[in-house]
Amino acid sequence: MSKLSVRKTVSMWAAAVLGFAVSFSAFAADPLKVGFVYVSPIGDAGWTYQHDQGRKAMEGALGDKVETKFIESVPEGGEAERVIRQFASDGYDLVFTTSFGYMNPTIKVAKQFPDVVFEHATGYKTAGNVGNYVARFYEARYLTGVVAGHMTESNTAGYVAAFPIPEVLRGINAFTLGMRSVNPDAQVKVIWVNSWFDPGREREAADVLISQGADVVTHHTDSTAAVQAAEDAGVWSVGYHSDMSKYGPERHLTAATHHWGGYYTKTAREVINGAWESTRVWGGLAEGMVSIAPLNDEVPADVAKQVEGVTAAIKDGGFHPFQGPIKDQGGEVAVPEGKTMTDEELSTMEWYVEGVLGKLPK
Amino acid sequence: MWLKIEARPAPSVRMKYLSPLIAVALTLMTGVIFSAFMSLNPLNTFHAFFISPIDDWYGLGELGVNAIPLVLIGTGLAIGFRSNVWNIGAEGQLAMGAIFGGGVALYFYEQEGAYVLPLMFVMGALGGMFWASIPAFLRTRFNTNEILVSLMLNYVAILILSYLVHDLWRDPDGFNFPESRLFSESSTLPIVLEGTRLHFGVVIALGAVALAWVFVRKSFLGYQMQVAGMANAAALYAGFKRKRMVWVGLLSGGLAAGVAGLMEVAGPIGQLLPSVSPGYGYAAIIVAFVGRLHPFGILLAGLLMSLLYLGGESAQMDLGLPSAVTGVFQGMLLFYLLAADLFINFRMRRDTAGSRVAGAGL
Repeated sequence: MSKLSVRKTVSMWAAAVLGFAVSFSAFAADPLKVGFVYVSPIGDAGWTYQHDQGRKAMEGALGDKVETKFIESVPEGGEAERVIRQFASDGYDLVFTTSFGYMNPTIKVAKQFPDVVFEHATGYKTAGNVGNYVARFYEARYLTGVVAGHMTESNTAGYVAAFPIPEVLRGINAFTLGMRSVNPDAQVKVIWVNSWFDPGREREAADVLISQGADVVTHHTDSTAAVQAAEDAGVWSVGYHSDMSKYGPERHLTAATHHWGGYYTKTAREVINGAWESTRVWGGLAEGMVSIAPLNDEVPADVAKQVEGVTAAIKDGGFHPFQGPIKDQGGEVAVPEGKTMTDEELSTMEWYVEGVLGKLPK
Repeated sequence: MWLKIEARPAPSVRMKYLSPLIAVALTLMTGVIFSAFMSLNPLNTFHAFFISPIDDWYGLGELGVNAIPLVLIGTGLAIGFRSNVWNIGAEGQLAMGAIFGGGVALYFYEQEGAYVLPLMFVMGALGGMFWASIPAFLRTRFNTNEILVSLMLNYVAILILSYLVHDLWRDPDGFNFPESRLFSESSTLPIVLEGTRLHFGVVIALGAVALAWVFVRKSFLGYQMQVAGMANAAALYAGFKRKRMVWVGLLSGGLAAGVAGLMEVAGPIGQLLPSVSPGYGYAAIIVAFVGRLHPFGILLAGLLMSLLYLGGESAQMDLGLPSAVTGVFQGMLLFYLLAADLFINFRMRRDTAGSRVAGAGL
């Protein structure tokens, strides 16, 4: 080997090593690109707002290891597939699709981009690169029910609800069970507004419930209208999704709140470390995915103490909101003593527990 | 200084066709000023809005996917609009088309057969026409206002669709979530451009444009309807049958919207959902007017409107603009068009004291 060629070889190797090092360091410094698809505008409170809080919490926790972007107000249906695909084809590594209606589009796009990780909220389908996550909102609902059961004087709560699907029914039932666990005479009136977001109709429904004697109003819809209606009428309210106390500074008792930050951070970390696997996650109080907002000052200390106790019991598995005995609306035993509803049964729930007034729309 | 608006002796024909272009130019200019205010580079904004959504085949396909319902419905509506028959109910007629056509797909679930798709088209068309026939009947029989009736029926149709996907047609394996089964292969539209979502509907939409042109230009009824639109008294004097025009005007819109709805569920969506359109039925009204109620104009206007939808998404993604920006652009476009149209028929003059009273009549 001539001297020249040795030098050439050495320099070639040096260049290769250098090149590798450069590309490696570029690789290491490259942040994980994370996309979020939101179904509604972020606003100041509500479903999408909580997801965006989660996104920010993840950014806060992981700093420059992640780079995030979101698209809001993406309608469920034909549009969603394009937006999800856009993230994937723009080189995003992880995409969170945060509404039920994105399930089939997410699965479709995921097939075309096997190297991208997708996480879909609230659905039931998964794939090799599609995980699924949702929270046990009903656990927080039960706790707010306990508070409401203590605070009501008319023994009647009003519930403004969106659509009669298992998700919403679980919430109504858990709230009712929570109320009746401390106040066996309590009843819950439900009005269906057939929309996730319609402040006008939500307000109207809340006003009707109040005029029918409800002195605690809660809701499973996306606006703050019910909380505001209660504030104006001088009755208690229980918020949902977000702490809504600023919309009901006097009368907001508490709220069943969602917290996605921990899950988003954990998932992003797993993807960065190459440890991510497709799973179905249904996390509750114990996982920090749901919680309740700080209690109103008017709530007596012993009630607060009791709520803490129930929270701890749910967290350590000592208590389940849907453990028997539970009677259905007609007074028949639906869950016998000693039994607890399975996740499968919970995810297909289609009946009211005892204490809910009115007929379930069919 | 006072200005007054007075009628022009003879409206300019050239300006009639130029005014949409002027409106587009003004919209762009306002967009540039806006982005300067938000300290964005106007060139980047322009690129994000109008270039980057369609800089590859997939993007062009998406342009088509969105334009198909807009062009098709706009063409159908324009036939009525030309004779002053105001069908504002395309959104509901679209939903009815989706219900009738989608119902066929669910009935023949997992049955392979070349007859399924054509049958879906027929039923989709009938569904849309059926829904449009209600305002047509009420108008011709009882002289009810078709604007109000057709608009109100939108909500009825959408609620019927919502009922069906929440109940009768709900996916039995779907954990009670409100959506139908995914249509089987034989009930979905073929893709015409590999690697995109551009489906067979593009042929239908272009065919409708050609057909409408022939109807408007070559048929006696088309001529009658145009005369009625320009001078109703003259049309009545000539003995043209007003009732027939009302029927044709409403049914053509219903037919187009019904087929468009069917093609949405059999195309990009692939199943029935509680919501099958992000407001195509309303946007098509703007498309019809921006396109001067002329079939070829509507084709161009539909493409422009579709680009605004896509541009809004990519502006969110590239520049972090809020989703409302799409609505802002659409609204500006219509606003400038109406403003420009005013000056086709009217002009502004500096007012002198004597003529101010005459000008105040407008």
